[in-house]
Amino acid sequence: MELIDLTLIWAGIIGFGVIMYILMDGFDLGVGILFPFAPTETSRDMMMNSVAPVWDGNETWLILGGAGLLAAFPLVYSVFLPALYIGVFLMLAGLIFRGIAFEFRFKANKSRYLWNWSFFGGSLVASFAQGAVVGTYIQGFETEGFVYVGGALDWLTPFTVVTGIGLVAGYALLGATWTIMKTEGETQEWAYRLTPKLLATVMAVFLIISIWTPLVDEFVAERWFGQLHVLWVLPAAAVLLAWIQYRALHKREEIIPFVSTMGIFVCAYLGLLASKLPYIVPPDHTLWDAASDPGSQLFLLVGVLFVTPVILAYTAWTYWVFRGKVTHDSGYH
Amino acid sequence: MELDPLLLSRIQFAFVVSFHAIFPVFTIGLAAYIAVLEGLLFRTRDPAWERLSKFWTKVFAVVFGMGVVSGIVMAFQFGTNWSNFSYATANFLGPVLSYEVVTAFFLEATFLGVLLFGRDKVPQGVHLFAAIMVAVGTFISSFWILAANSWMQTPAGVELQNGLFQMTSWSEAIFNSSFPYRFSHMVVASFLTGSFVVAGVSAWYLLKGRETALNRRALSMCLWLILFVAPLQMFIGDLHGLNTLKEQPTKLAAMEGHWESKAGAPLILFAIPDSASETNHLEIGIPKLGSLILKHDVDGVVPGLKDVPADERPPVGPTFWSFRVMVGIGVLMIAVGFWGAWLRFRGRLYDQPLFKRVLVAMIPAPFIAVLAGWFVTEIGRAPWLVYGQMTHAEGLTPSLTGGMALFTLIGFIVVYSVVFAAGLYYLLRIVRTGIEEVEAQDEHPEQHRAKRPFSAADVPLEGGDGAPATAR
Repeated sequence: MELIDLTLIWAGIIGFGVIMYILMDGFDLGVGILFPFAPTETSRDMMMNSVAPVWDGNETWLILGGAGLLAAFPLVYSVFLPALYIGVFLMLAGLIFRGIAFEFRFKANKSRYLWNWSFFGGSLVASFAQGAVVGTYIQGFETEGFVYVGGALDWLTPFTVVTGIGLVAGYALLGATWTIMKTEGETQEWAYRLTPKLLATVMAVFLIISIWTPLVDEFVAERWFGQLHVLWVLPAAAVLLAWIQYRALHKREEIIPFVSTMGIFVCAYLGLLASKLPYIVPPDHTLWDAASDPGSQLFLLVGVLFVTPVILAYTAWTYWVFRGKVTHDSGYH
Repeated sequence: MELDPLLLSRIQFAFVVSFHAIFPVFTIGLAAYIAVLEGLLFRTRDPAWERLSKFWTKVFAVVFGMGVVSGIVMAFQFGTNWSNFSYATANFLGPVLSYEVVTAFFLEATFLGVLLFGRDKVPQGVHLFAAIMVAVGTFISSFWILAANSWMQTPAGVELQNGLFQMTSWSEAIFNSSFPYRFSHMVVASFLTGSFVVAGVSAWYLLKGRETALNRRALSMCLWLILFVAPLQMFIGDLHGLNTLKEQPTKLAAMEGHWESKAGAPLILFAIPDSASETNHLEIGIPKLGSLILKHDVDGVVPGLKDVPADERPPVGPTFWSFRVMVGIGVLMIAVGFWGAWLRFRGRLYDQPLFKRVLVAMIPAPFIAVLAGWFVTEIGRAPWLVYGQMTHAEGLTPSLTGGMALFTLIGFIVVYSVVFAAGLYYLLRIVRTGIEEVEAQDEHPEQHRAKRPFSAADVPLEGGDGAPATAR
């Protein structure tokens, strides 16, 4: 085990799982956030149809991530979850409510409005909670040895509220650009009108967080203003992508807005990792402090290397089957 | 009143796990039943098997979906409420629980879709293979879960160093001493659950005179299974009990209601155990039978609760009573099996309304028995979380307050009540709609491309006219 650092491999796997989750569940959570604002009930049908075949596959990554953390980085698991106790509950409750809304809305007649609200509320709460998790990670955890000793609501600060709102806006942008790509007619028109506002909001929050973080965190300030100037490529690329998206919206492009939003997310994610790594339970614990025994990491690695390609292939196949525009009469699932 | 985070966390875990467990215990049995139906279809080409399989596959899909939704919480529960336990046991439980998740997703990603939606798209042999793989997959899933749980009951293959369990042998840890009994007990319980539900629903249809030929076949199959498997379950349960006697004598003493360790102990049928005065009230027992069952010798010495200090004893009442509920239902199941055999022997299997009504009434019984069984083994392990090595109190999240635990406990009860009410209501609707109409509504196969469990069923959620509530 000396030749290969399993901890780094696992960091790569979990890191990949997290960004996969953010991008993929992000757009279907975003569709949920935009749900009540859609122009008509028909639009809502189309929006839900556009994500119905793929959303539960998207959430696969979250559960794999949770279980993978316990196996590979138990310290992350046993500090993040107690620290974010209430937030984790809200996220799970939100995900459950929107999950059953998918199942029952299509089968409902009179109670449909209830499932609409369940879908919206669940998506909103889950997205905000996930944004707050990101903020809490930046903020760090109060630990003694390997145990979280902070309070129940330490995760809820002005800073994490901003990151929560930021992720809600970001997911909404993913959802809106996804809607542009997958629909036509008045639904698409509405999404076109909405997207520039969401883009502006996202970039504004992005700016606020980028200024705020190095001010409160010396380690981050040192990273960005010290030795590693190459990092500045990331925010530059994000701004460039935002500009490309703005132009594409004017030209009524359908795919570029979604792809560029994903690009902005990737830049922000890499920027976040570059700010914090190798600290995975900031401010004290690195990846290696948090890792489980190499034997345990190896034991699970075998299974994950076997299954991940299958899940990726299945995911790709599902997206291929459901490619193209959703029309309001193209089946109700 | 001071809120105790330990007690609240235990209640919360019990609630979440119990709620979740009723779904897999049913789907494991049902998956095997569907695989058998598909096998019969493949061999005989008799369309009746296909109709039965189609109907029960829809039920399976909804129950599986609810199991997945309620199971999401489980992946996080260990960390939120039992972080010290998670951290200490992660080297073993991390990979083992992850393998369960990995198995479940592998299953869902590949074979479940083919089973639910591929009937007309793939060759029959492939469809049968998918049905078998789904059944096998559910077994593999429960394999991992029971390996994890059994390890907590009879830990092996690890060494406690500086508060962390380090692996010494994976095979000893996975195949620990109580695992074979627990696994086979649970698998057989799933078979019984599946057959009692299918038998009960078939009996209900027969009482209503619906699809008589088809439901008679289903009922007959289930009763054969119950006849042989219910006594088998009693036998496995006995072996499991002997393992518990050897490995966890205090739990066994609580199950039996024995305070004193003694020779020639009675089999206690009824009692009100009293932990404060360390005695039983209103005890009714059969002399010497306890020793005979446990030691296979009327004068065998069986352990008592007083062998260990009071703070190392589990809550006696709940353990004692849950055990009696489980065994009582087990005896009832064996009786139903024999009753069915007797009616069959007389050639009157389908003629007696009372028998059918009893079968309908028995639908909840296997679920209650399974939950009672889990209560026995989990409550009976107290105060230990990892038997003999780590207590519940040591495993609890240190930063957890009573208020936090109460908040999420109420939250989960609310969330799950909504899920359960909607899901159960919908299941009942599928059953009421029945085999005939489910088929009539199942006329747009191309819309089933969505590979989600629930989309396998087309029955509307409410409204009496039976028309599919589409988004159109």
